[in-house]
Amino acid sequence: MSTGQEMDAARDGAPTVQTPVRDRVTGEVRQETMIINMGPQHPSTHGVLRLLLELDGETVIRCKPIVGYLHTGIEKNTEYRTWVQGVAYVTRADYLAPFFNELAYCLSVERLLGIEAPPRAQTIRVLLCELNRIASHLVWMATGGMELGAVSVMLYGFRERELILDIFEAVTGLRMNHSFIRPGGVIMDLPTEGPRMIAKLLDDLPARIDDYERLLDDNPIWKERNVGVGVLSAEDALAYGVTGPLLRAAGVPVDLRRDEPYLGYETYEFDVPVSTDADSYARYRLRVTEMRESLKIVEQALDRLLAEPGPVMVEDPKVAWPARLSVGPDGIGNDETYLRHIMEESMESLIHHFKMVTQGVRVPEGEVYTAVESPRGELGYYVVSNNEHRPYRVKIRDPSFVNLQAVPTMVEGGLIADAIAVIASLDPVMGGVDR
Amino acid sequence: MKPPALAERVGEHLPDVWQSRGEVTVVVPRGELIDALVRLRDQPDLAFGFLCSLTATDHPGKDPRFWIVYELRSVEHAHRLRVKVGLAADDPHVPSVTRLFPTANWHERETWDLFGIVFDDHPDLDRILLPDDWEGHPLRKDEELGGVGTRYHGAFIPPVDERTMP
Repeated sequence: MSTGQEMDAARDGAPTVQTPVRDRVTGEVRQETMIINMGPQHPSTHGVLRLLLELDGETVIRCKPIVGYLHTGIEKNTEYRTWVQGVAYVTRADYLAPFFNELAYCLSVERLLGIEAPPRAQTIRVLLCELNRIASHLVWMATGGMELGAVSVMLYGFRERELILDIFEAVTGLRMNHSFIRPGGVIMDLPTEGPRMIAKLLDDLPARIDDYERLLDDNPIWKERNVGVGVLSAEDALAYGVTGPLLRAAGVPVDLRRDEPYLGYETYEFDVPVSTDADSYARYRLRVTEMRESLKIVEQALDRLLAEPGPVMVEDPKVAWPARLSVGPDGIGNDETYLRHIMEESMESLIHHFKMVTQGVRVPEGEVYTAVESPRGELGYYVVSNNEHRPYRVKIRDPSFVNLQAVPTMVEGGLIADAIAVIASLDPVMGGVDR
Repeated sequence: MKPPALAERVGEHLPDVWQSRGEVTVVVPRGELIDALVRLRDQPDLAFGFLCSLTATDHPGKDPRFWIVYELRSVEHAHRLRVKVGLAADDPHVPSVTRLFPTANWHERETWDLFGIVFDDHPDLDRILLPDDWEGHPLRKDEELGGVGTRYHGAFIPPVDERTMP
């Protein structure tokens, strides 16, 4: 990454110094560069990303991404909460992929505890994560489309995402930041109307995805803005640690669901789309294909859930959340029969409930790194326990944070308008970047 | 390579290696870090050419106080390895690995920002998540957290580490 003095000066608010630039075609030396800030308050920077750009006319000569505007100290916070409360913090990191954060964190805690969630809980996790992947890709398509002038795509993307968020709301009680996946399983089984809603989505969504493709695949403006733009070679991608759709669009078929299967992904049938074009258009095609593949997985997971019932949380009372939850007239809450049990019938149960809620589980000493394939790439959690009731260290390896490092390579030498397309095709979520 | 075989293979080069919970960890002295990473990367059957993550942990009162943790992955073989380097409290310096892995750039900046670890020869060791004029390194365990004052009779909500913890 380039770090000229004048760029540092611009960041500090001092007047910028002009540098001589040699024109690549004519060879003449000019003094006409300009340094501008794009962001952090800019509609096409996906939140609060700031790009320091040095421009020669419309051409980007240098680019420096600046992050940190959304830092909320999630990692530090988890060190002062119980292991279960940690779920509520990490789910807020990459807010477009909350289930993936919960999943990677809980898989880490489970590995430290040496337990595994029951099969039905794993299937529910797969189902929710794949729905989440589609929802996340829909937001990518919607916002990315809007930034390139395809406003209808923005409306369609958010419209369909709403269908998925309705399912999340019915299942978890919340549209985002669900805290639904917990160490040892998930907090409750699907509601009775859940399978029907998901089946309806499986009926409706493929035709909608066809619509997006009809609208965009051969759209001359869409192709003009995306084909050949933001090319990132496989070598560069690997050097910068880039994962997810960007890496697969560069021809490297890395998908942790297939390479290092978790949650029994090896038992599902799905393809990992790969492209070798390595440009924005290839990433668009790849993500649309991934939505279809996710639908395939959702369908298989739903079949399994309908086939056999079972527990959704480990039996061990020293790990499992004690309360039984159910959906009442005012949302999800403690089940009436459970409340009667601890309040009127069993003092021991009340004590156990109190201990589990205030202290929770004690996790044996050790360290683990667990990675899952989030919509943006490898989402890894490095979790250290000191044999206490709370984590000693939680490090979130967020794919957006790492992928952003490749932006200068993709932007420099191109037009400033293409920088927008590049950021859009990267799909960064600043909540995950800044944590 | 599966963890037991991997631990054995890595052990041929680096002696301080162990396996736990299906993950292989190797500890190397600070002076041998770059050498070790190059060897791990260049052996064709290991091929740890992808740095996933880099961070630190802080253990005040212990020696070493800091552990720098490198999570490596091989794209070819789909196996993983954790490399750790211990640093003394009064000498939190470690060589930067940005020349081997350009992706380490931001990870090292973050670790400097949050833990105050100095990565020697880093091209641009600046704060990344916190404001430039921030003082201190908040993920250190001895960092002061600060409580919250209230308007009620001068009551003060103590910082989270001074409240009664389970």
